[in-house]
Amino acid sequence: MTTTILVPSGVLGLGFSQDALAHGVARGCDAIAIDGGSTDSGPHSLGTGTSKYSRAVSKAEWRALMRARAELGVPLIIGTAGTSGTDSTVDWMYDITCELAAELGQSLRVARLYSGQAADFVAEKLAAGKVTPLSPAPEIDAARLREMSNIVALAGAEQVQAALQTGADIIIAGRTTDTAIIAALPLARGENPGACWHGAKIAECGALCSTHPGSGVIRVTFDATGFEVEPMAPEAACSPHTVSAHMLYENSDPFRLYEPGGHLDVTRARYHALDARRVRVEGSEWVPGPYTVKLEGARRAGYQTMLLAILREARYLANAQAWADKLVTRLQALVGDQLGLASGDFSIELRLIGVNAALGALETRTSTPAEVGALCLITAQTQDLADEIGRLANPYMLHMPLTEDEPLPTFAFPYSPAQTSRGPVFEFALNHVMALDTPMEAFRLEISEVGQDAHVA
Amino acid sequence: MPMLRDVVRKVAAKNAGPFQVTVDVFCGSPEAFARVAPALETDTVAALFGVDPAALRRFDIPDLHVVKFSMPRPVVQGSRFDRDMHGAQFATLLEELVI
Repeated sequence: MTTTILVPSGVLGLGFSQDALAHGVARGCDAIAIDGGSTDSGPHSLGTGTSKYSRAVSKAEWRALMRARAELGVPLIIGTAGTSGTDSTVDWMYDITCELAAELGQSLRVARLYSGQAADFVAEKLAAGKVTPLSPAPEIDAARLREMSNIVALAGAEQVQAALQTGADIIIAGRTTDTAIIAALPLARGENPGACWHGAKIAECGALCSTHPGSGVIRVTFDATGFEVEPMAPEAACSPHTVSAHMLYENSDPFRLYEPGGHLDVTRARYHALDARRVRVEGSEWVPGPYTVKLEGARRAGYQTMLLAILREARYLANAQAWADKLVTRLQALVGDQLGLASGDFSIELRLIGVNAALGALETRTSTPAEVGALCLITAQTQDLADEIGRLANPYMLHMPLTEDEPLPTFAFPYSPAQTSRGPVFEFALNHVMALDTPMEAFRLEISEVGQDAHVA
Repeated sequence: MPMLRDVVRKVAAKNAGPFQVTVDVFCGSPEAFARVAPALETDTVAALFGVDPAALRRFDIPDLHVVKFSMPRPVVQGSRFDRDMHGAQFATLLEELVI
C-alpha cells in the first residue's frame, strides 16, 4: 500500500500556486495537510491567542483547499491553526470553516483538536516530576505557570489520528508539531515509520524543499520502505540536494528530530533521484522513546511605548553612541525623580538604527552612516506608565545636546505624536517537555456537523 | 584576505524554535567545503556570536558541502531585549568573517 499527502504550502496565509494545487488534485491523494503557524514571528500570537495572518487571505486560501477536499473526498487537516494553535485560534479557524461551508454549500464533519493546557494541569504534572526542562529553559513553578496567558502542548501523530478516526472531513488542530499532520495518516496505515516522519519533515514547508519555494504545492508518497517527494508546479524540481538540505532548515540538529513518543534519525538516509523532478528516500529510522509532548507558553512581560528620532547632523552621527548613553542615563534619573519609580519598575533602551540596532554588542562593522535612527523602547508594568515615561522622554529625544555649552539641537521626529503605544509585550516562558500517561490526556476533541444539512446529522 | 561570503554560495541563519538559532554555511562545492571547514574554527565562531564554545554545536556535512552551527540564542526570541525576531541577521556576522 502507499499513502499520498498533498501539502499546499508551508503555512496557510502565505500563498500557493492555484495551478500547482489543481495539478495536485488531478493526481489524487489520501489527505491534504497544511500548517497554520509556528513560533517564528514571536510570542505575541501565543500571548494574545490571536492570528497574525490576514483573515481574508486565510479564508481565500482555505476556500480553495475546501473545494479541493470536496472534489477528492479526502480529509483536510490544518495544524497549529491561527499561528499559535491556541484554543481561541482554533475557534477562529472553525468560524472561517463554518462561513465557507455555508458559502460553498458543503456539509461536513469537522473535528477540532484542542491543545490548550490549563496551568493547574501542568502544575500537577510539574509536581509529579513529569515536566522536564530542555536547554536552555526558563525557571518555572506553579505561580509562574498561572501567570502565563496561554500554554499549549504540541500534539503528535496520535492525536491527529484520533481526529481522523472520527471520520472527520476537516480537522482543525491546535498546536501540533509541524510534521504530525502529514505523518499521522501514513503511520496509521502502516507505512514505514522512519519514512513517515522524515517525509513529513521534508514536506512541512511545502515547496521549500524544491528549486521553486514560492510555488507551494508538494506531493509526498509513503510506502513500506521509504517515501517519494515531487513538487506540483511544473517549473519546480526536487533533487537529492534540495531535499536533504531541507533537514538543515530551522533545525538545530540536522540528523535528529524529536517528536512525541520518539525521535527520527536520518543519519543513514539515502537520497536517490528518480528523475529530474522526483526524489526517493530510504533508510530513515524512527527510534521509539518515552511519550512526552513539548510545551509552549507566553506570559506578559509589561507594556511598551516607543519613540523614534532621526539624527542627521555630522557631529551627532559621529558621537551617536555617547549621545544615546547620556540620554538613557538622564532619562532613568528623571523617571526616578519625577515619577518616583524604582529602577526595576521600568526599562528604557535606545537602539541606534544605522549603527548596531540588529546585532547590538555583537556588531563587528563600523561606518559613518548618512543618518541614524534612535529607537527608544520603554517598558513598564502598565500602558499608562509606559506612555507617561514616553511623554517625559519626548523633549529629550528631540533636543538633548551632547554637551551643556552648546545651542539645543533639534532632531527629526518623523510623525506626530512622536510616541506610539505598543500595548502588552509577551515573552516565551516554557521550553519544557511533559510526560503523558496516554496521548489524549492533555488534548480534547470536539466533533461538529457543519453546513447546509447539519440539522439532519 | 577574503571574507567568508566571497568563497561560499550562501550563509543563512534562522531560529530553531524560540531558544536556539542555527547558522548554515552552504559552501556550494567540495573544493569550497574543503577550504572553509578547517578554516572556520569553532572557538572563533563562538566568540563571534558571544556564546560559550561548549554550548555551540557544530555539524560538518560533506555530502551537502555544509558547515552548520547551532547555539542558544543570546536572548530568547521576542523577549524585551531581542533585536531580531527571526534571527536571520546572525548570518551576516559569519559572512563577513575574514578567513
